Amino acid sequence: MNDAVQHIEVYRQEAEELLVEIEETVLDLEENPDDTEAINKLFRAMHTIKGSGAMFGFDEIAEFTHHVETTLDKVRNGDIPVSRELIDLILLSRDRINEMLNAAQKGITVTQEAGETIIASLNALQPGKTAGNPQQEKKTAPATPTRDPEAENTYRIRFSPHQDLFLSGTEPALIIEELRNLGQATIVAQWKDIPPFSSFHPESCYLYWDIILTTSKTINEIKDVFIFVEDNCDLSIELLDDDQIPVDEKEPKKIGEILLERNDLKPEDLQGVLSGQKRIGELLVEAKIIDPKLVESALAEQQHVRQVAAKQKEKQAASSIRVPADKLDTLVDLVGEMVTAQARLNQKASELNHPDLTLITEEIERLVAGLRDNTMSLRMLQIGVTFSSFKRLVRDLSNELGKEINLTTEGGETELDKTVIERLNDPLVHIIRNSIDHGIESPEVRQKAGKPKEGTIKLSAEHSGAHVAIRISDDGAGLDTEVIRAKAMERGLITSDENLTDKDIFQFIFAPGFSTAKSVTDVSGRGVGMDVVKRNVESLRGTIEIESQKGNGTTITLKLPLTLAIIDGLMVNIGNDYFILPLSSVEECVELDKKKADKVKGRNILNVRGEVVPYIRLRDQFEIQQERPELEHIVITEVNGERIGFVVDSVIGGHQTVIKSLGPAFKDIQDISGATILGDGTVALILDVNKLAR
Amino acid sequence: MKEQAAFETGQFLTFKLDEEVYALDILQVREVLDYTTITKVPKMPKFMRGVINLRGGVVPVIDLRLKFGLDIADNTVDTCIIIMEITLDGETTLLGALADSVQEVITLDSGQIEPPPKIGTRLNTEFIKGMGKKNDDFIILLDIDRVFSSEELSLVQGDHEQKEELSQAHMA
Repeated sequence: MNDAVQHIEVYRQEAEELLVEIEETVLDLEENPDDTEAINKLFRAMHTIKGSGAMFGFDEIAEFTHHVETTLDKVRNGDIPVSRELIDLILLSRDRINEMLNAAQKGITVTQEAGETIIASLNALQPGKTAGNPQQEKKTAPATPTRDPEAENTYRIRFSPHQDLFLSGTEPALIIEELRNLGQATIVAQWKDIPPFSSFHPESCYLYWDIILTTSKTINEIKDVFIFVEDNCDLSIELLDDDQIPVDEKEPKKIGEILLERNDLKPEDLQGVLSGQKRIGELLVEAKIIDPKLVESALAEQQHVRQVAAKQKEKQAASSIRVPADKLDTLVDLVGEMVTAQARLNQKASELNHPDLTLITEEIERLVAGLRDNTMSLRMLQIGVTFSSFKRLVRDLSNELGKEINLTTEGGETELDKTVIERLNDPLVHIIRNSIDHGIESPEVRQKAGKPKEGTIKLSAEHSGAHVAIRISDDGAGLDTEVIRAKAMERGLITSDENLTDKDIFQFIFAPGFSTAKSVTDVSGRGVGMDVVKRNVESLRGTIEIESQKGNGTTITLKLPLTLAIIDGLMVNIGNDYFILPLSSVEECVELDKKKADKVKGRNILNVRGEVVPYIRLRDQFEIQQERPELEHIVITEVNGERIGFVVDSVIGGHQTVIKSLGPAFKDIQDISGATILGDGTVALILDVNKLAR
Repeated sequence: MKEQAAFETGQFLTFKLDEEVYALDILQVREVLDYTTITKVPKMPKFMRGVINLRGGVVPVIDLRLKFGLDIADNTVDTCIIIMEITLDGETTLLGALADSVQEVITLDSGQIEPPPKIGTRLNTEFIKGMGKKNDDFIILLDIDRVFSSEELSLVQGDHEQKEELSQAHMA
C-alpha cells in the first residue's frame, strides 16, 4: 500500500466514523432541539470532513460539505431554527456524503443532481427566506458560541453566607453537595470568623467556603446553584484562565500568587516575608499576616490544580491506535495455535514429570492464558455502535408507516467479539423491522387500547456468564397464538388436536415462509426473515427465545457467546473418542451406575436431588459400537432454561478449546459445532448442545 | 474444450485402490501424508472416515474404497492420505482421500487420453474425466471435484438407502 492510498484509507475510515457520530447527534438534536452542544458537535464533524476531504483530494465531498457547514454555522448562531426540515436535510446530507465516499472508493462519480437538490434546500432554510415562520423561530436555541462545550474549566468560588442565612431555612451543606456534583471539587471551609463560645449564637452562620471546581458547566449554571441564597450571601465566582492549569511542564501557581489573586494578602506583605527563605505559606503564618486556614485553602487550590493537570495528562496518554482488522485476525489465529501447542507441551511435561520442565510449563501456561485473554479483548467491541445505527432505521421506518416509535437502548457498553457484532447486524435489523411493522400499532389503535400514543422499542444488552443476552422488546400488539396456530395448521405443520404450549407455538414463526401478516408491505410480511434470523443466530452458536403476550408486546432474547475463536470446554470421552462440551452450558456432572440405569430401562430419566432430568446416551446417538463401562457419567447441561443430561464414559476435565471449523464438507452436520486439536495432535469434536437437546 | 484445458500440464499422480490404478491431476494434489489417527465424525456416511489434524487445521478424510463400492481394507505401511484441493460450492477446501498406496507421477500427452467409456467400469462414469493409456494399462483419470460434489458429501442423515448400501458393502 503506498502512502497516498494509505492516507486516503485513513480519511475514509475517519469520515465513516464521523458520519456515524453525525447521525447519532442529529437524532439526539431532534429530541432536544435546544442542545447547543449537539449543534457544535455537528458543526465540528462536518468541518473535519470538509477540511480533510479537501486535503486528500475529495473535492466533491469538501464542496458539498461546505454548504452543510455554512447552514450549521447559521444554526449555531441562532439564525436558523432547529426544525424537522433541518434534521431531515442533515440526514440526507449525511447519506449523500456517505454515498460520495463509497463512490470515490470504487472510483466512480455520483450524479450531481441529488447533491444540488440538497444544497438548494439547505439554502432555502436560510433566514430571510423562511422569515415568515415565527413558530419555528421560537425554538431557536440560544447559542453560546465562545465556549467549547467539551472543555472543562476551573472556577474559584468563594461562598460566604450572611450570618442570618439559617433564618431563611437554607442548608449550606446541600448547596456544597450540589456543587460537588457538577464536577471535580475541592472544598475548604473557613472558620476563622467563629466567635468565642460565650458570644456564639447557634442560629448564626459563621462559616464561609472556598471551592475550587473543575467542570464543563458554564458560570451561569454554577450561579444557578446559589439561586435561592443569592440575597443572603456574598458570592464570587472567577474563571481560572486555561494557562493557570499547567498541562505540560509549567509549574502550578505559587501559593503567594494565589493568595494575592484572592485578595487575602496584600502585595507589600508578601514582599515583606519573601525575603525569608522558608516556605511561603509557613512564613506568612508565622508572620501572623494571614490566618492559617486561608493558607490551607490556597494550598488546596494548588493541589486541586495539580490534580486536574495530572488527569488531563492521563487523558492524553490513554489514546488509541488504529490497526487493520486482518492483523488482529492473524494474531488471534496465532494465539489459537499457541494454545494448542501449549496443550501439547503440558501433556509432554506431565508424561516426563521433570520438575524443572513442569515449572516452565506452568509459567508458559499462565502467560498463554494472559495472552489469550488480552488478544480476545482486542477484538471486543461495544455493541452500542450497532444499537445507535438502529435509531435511524426506527426513525425512517416509523415515519414511513405513520407510527410514533421511540427507541431506547440499554447496556450499549457491553462488549462482544467483532465478528459476532458484525454478523448480528442483519438479524437485529430484521427483528426491529418486524417490531415496527407488526408489533407497534398505529397511534389511533394504541390510544383505543389505552396505551400511550408513542410506542417503545427497547434494545438492551447484558452479560450473563460466558454469554451476552440481547433483548429486543416492544410494547406493541404481541403475538397472537391463535392466529399462529391456525396458520401452522393451514400449512400442515401441526394437526388440530395437538396440545402445544405458547412457547412451542412461537417456534413456528421461525419456520421458512411462515408469515401471519395479512398484507405484504415493503417492510416485512413476506415470510422470509425469521428463519434467516434463526439460522444466523445459530451460526453464531447463539440461541433465540420469544416471549409475548397478546396486546402487551413481544420480547425476543438472543443469547450469544462472547467469542467465536476460543471457548472453555469440558472434555469427555466415549470409548476411544474424545468430545468437548462448551463449559458455559455445563451445570454439573453425576455418576450413572450401569445396574441402576438398566433397572429403569427405556426411560432415560434421572433423579437429581428430587429434580427430574432427562438424558441422552451419546453412545447410542453417535452409534459408537463399544461396550459400555460399568460406571458411566452424566454431564448435566442447561439448554434454553431446561436441564438435560448427556451420558459419557468419563469426564476428563476442563480444556482450552480453540474452535476450528469443520469446513464445507460438513456443512449439514447437526450435532457437532466444530472441532479442536488436542494436546497429542488428534482431533476432538465440539458438541452442539442446543441441537443435541432437540 | 474444458477437458483439454484441464489436461494442459499432463501430469498425474497415480495411486492404487484394490488392484486398479487411478490418477489425479497433479494441480489438485497438495501433499501426501502417512496414515494418521482419524477422528470419526458421528452420523456421517461410512465413506466419510472423519477428520485429521493437518498442521493445526481440521481436514476431512474420505475413504475412496468405500466411496467406489470396494471393501474396506486393513491399513498397511503403504496406506496414505492424499491431501487435495477441491472446489465445493465455489469454495476451495482441503480434503484428504485414503488410498492403498501412491504410485508415481506420470506425464500423459493428450493423445494418450481417451474419453471416458460408457460402460465397463464399476465407477459411475460421471466421476471419470478420461482413460489414460500407459504402456498397455489403462489408468482411470478421476474428476475429483465431481466425486466430492457437495450433494455427494452432504448426503448425511436421512439418506438411509445409501447408508445401507454402504454398510452392506462394508460387511460383504
